[in-house]
Amino acid sequence: MELFINQVLAGIATGAIYACMALAIVMIFQAIDHLNFAQGEMAMFSTFIAWQLMQWGVPYWWAFLLTLAISFVAGIVIERLLFKPLAKAPILTNVAGFIALYAIINSVAGLIWDFTIKQFPSPFGSSPFLGSQLISTHQAGMIGVTIALLIALFFFFRFTRIGLAMRAAATLPESARLVGINTSWMIALGWGMASAIGAIAGILIAPVVFLEPNMMLGILLYGFAAAVLGGLTSPLGAVIGGFLVGVFENLVGTYIPGVGNELKLPIALALIVIVLVVKPTGLMGHTVVKRV
Amino acid sequence: MTAMLDIKDLRAYYGQVQALHGMEFHLSEGSMTTLLGANGAGKTTTLRAICNMVRSTGTIQFEGRPLTGKSTENIVRLGIAHVPQGRGTFTTMTVEENLQLGAISRKDTKAISSDIERMYDHFPVLKQRHTQQAGTLSGGEQQMLAVARALMLRPRLMLLDEPSFGLAPLVVRDLFKILGKINREDKVSILVVEQNAQLALEIADKAYVIETGRIVMSGTASEIASNEAVRKSYLGY
Ligand SMILES: Nc1ncnc2c1ncn2[C@@H]1O[C@H](COP(=O)(O)OP(=O)(O)O)[C@@H](O)[C@H]1O
Ligand SMILES: [Mg+2]
Repeated sequence: MELFINQVLAGIATGAIYACMALAIVMIFQAIDHLNFAQGEMAMFSTFIAWQLMQWGVPYWWAFLLTLAISFVAGIVIERLLFKPLAKAPILTNVAGFIALYAIINSVAGLIWDFTIKQFPSPFGSSPFLGSQLISTHQAGMIGVTIALLIALFFFFRFTRIGLAMRAAATLPESARLVGINTSWMIALGWGMASAIGAIAGILIAPVVFLEPNMMLGILLYGFAAAVLGGLTSPLGAVIGGFLVGVFENLVGTYIPGVGNELKLPIALALIVIVLVVKPTGLMGHTVVKRV
Repeated sequence: MTAMLDIKDLRAYYGQVQALHGMEFHLSEGSMTTLLGANGAGKTTTLRAICNMVRSTGTIQFEGRPLTGKSTENIVRLGIAHVPQGRGTFTTMTVEENLQLGAISRKDTKAISSDIERMYDHFPVLKQRHTQQAGTLSGGEQQMLAVARALMLRPRLMLLDEPSFGLAPLVVRDLFKILGKINREDKVSILVVEQNAQLALEIADKAYVIETGRIVMSGTASEIASNEAVRKSYLGY
């Protein structure tokens, strides 16, 4: 029983990270109808920036905030330079754009910081949380930060004018323009926010998986699984999907014999395929009606 | 006196297909003008061209300023509210959020909530449903909401694309009565596109008839309404 609770809690902790990645993916998907394959690499690069800042002596939380700001601006710049010009291009051109972005970020990170793994600090430490062996303080911190982020995002989208404008631009761009919303900038803003959310995910998971240019590969895959499970059109679904996938991953790894770390990634892929076959709209998504 | 909206030699294209062939018309400040024509005549295209939502050439001047090259959102921000064909309601958002969106480009944020109250006075049914998802409203209610959303911009000119479409006759009467009131009391100039010519001619002061992308007739609404030949050949009643 103790093992079960332990694995569920650990699953919720990594699930929080998947939830962040899924949320970032869904935000961009809602804005431009494409999956950002480079979301993980952007998060990885952000994490390196945080690491570099700390190497230069910036205290953890300042490095954290500064990294979020840099990632936000970088997300906007990437959209303006690369994806705004591709807005009307065919799907495959966009896919090529994402793959190029993936490769560029990955190799630039390797060039600057090389491919050896690096330790990444946790501000929460790794002692037992509240004296309990079930969950560590860092895992509790991962869950806490994610939940704070989700609440902040909820208030942003529900109660601010700019949040309302972003929702309008994502759901009905033409109507949004007709009330005076600059939908193109809303997309850029969505990229900036997705990039910052990814940065949070990267920084929180880095103490667990270690910092190196390929650290986000598996995590992004689980993020995709979470986003698909939740329905690509629902931010709330993405978050719930993230937590479910995290718990699922841990329980499968623990209780099904033979599923070690090597088989975890195929399981994420299998999950994506199963959801797409059984319920393509996911748990909370709705069918996207396209005018042709 | 210069016209509030002045359109010259307007041509519009969908890909290679030309939909407007040199439209000319104008609208004076404070007026309620109607653009009539059969299905496919180019009414929607004309309104879309004004807001730069379709490729077009020619000149469109609003209050003396050319709109050429301006983006849709910037044209709207000049004070032109457009209630599109099909209404463009944000169906997954609440009635109140739809009204908030209408005012999203305004700088005077303090006056927005009192304007929402004014809309609830014009359209009491919206007040009853203000927390409901807009998609759950009936067609007539959604059209009221679309007009209210447009008014939240505090526009000087409102473009309406077939507001009567799909509504019961009584609802249409109500709606047009409110449009007349808005035109007189709030000093909003209105350009309303209609297939339902009879009713539009009752409330409008000026009318244009278009056919295959050209103006074929213009005059005061009562002139057009009393011209039997025009009525028979273009307006179908
Ligand atoms: N999206 C489109 N693509 C191609 N042709 C179009 C499109 N929309 C309208 N048209 C054509 O342009 C002409 C005018 O259409 P429209 O402005 O919608 O007419 P109305 O609003 O008066 O019914 C019609 O011949 C129609 O077939
Ligand atoms: Mg039409």
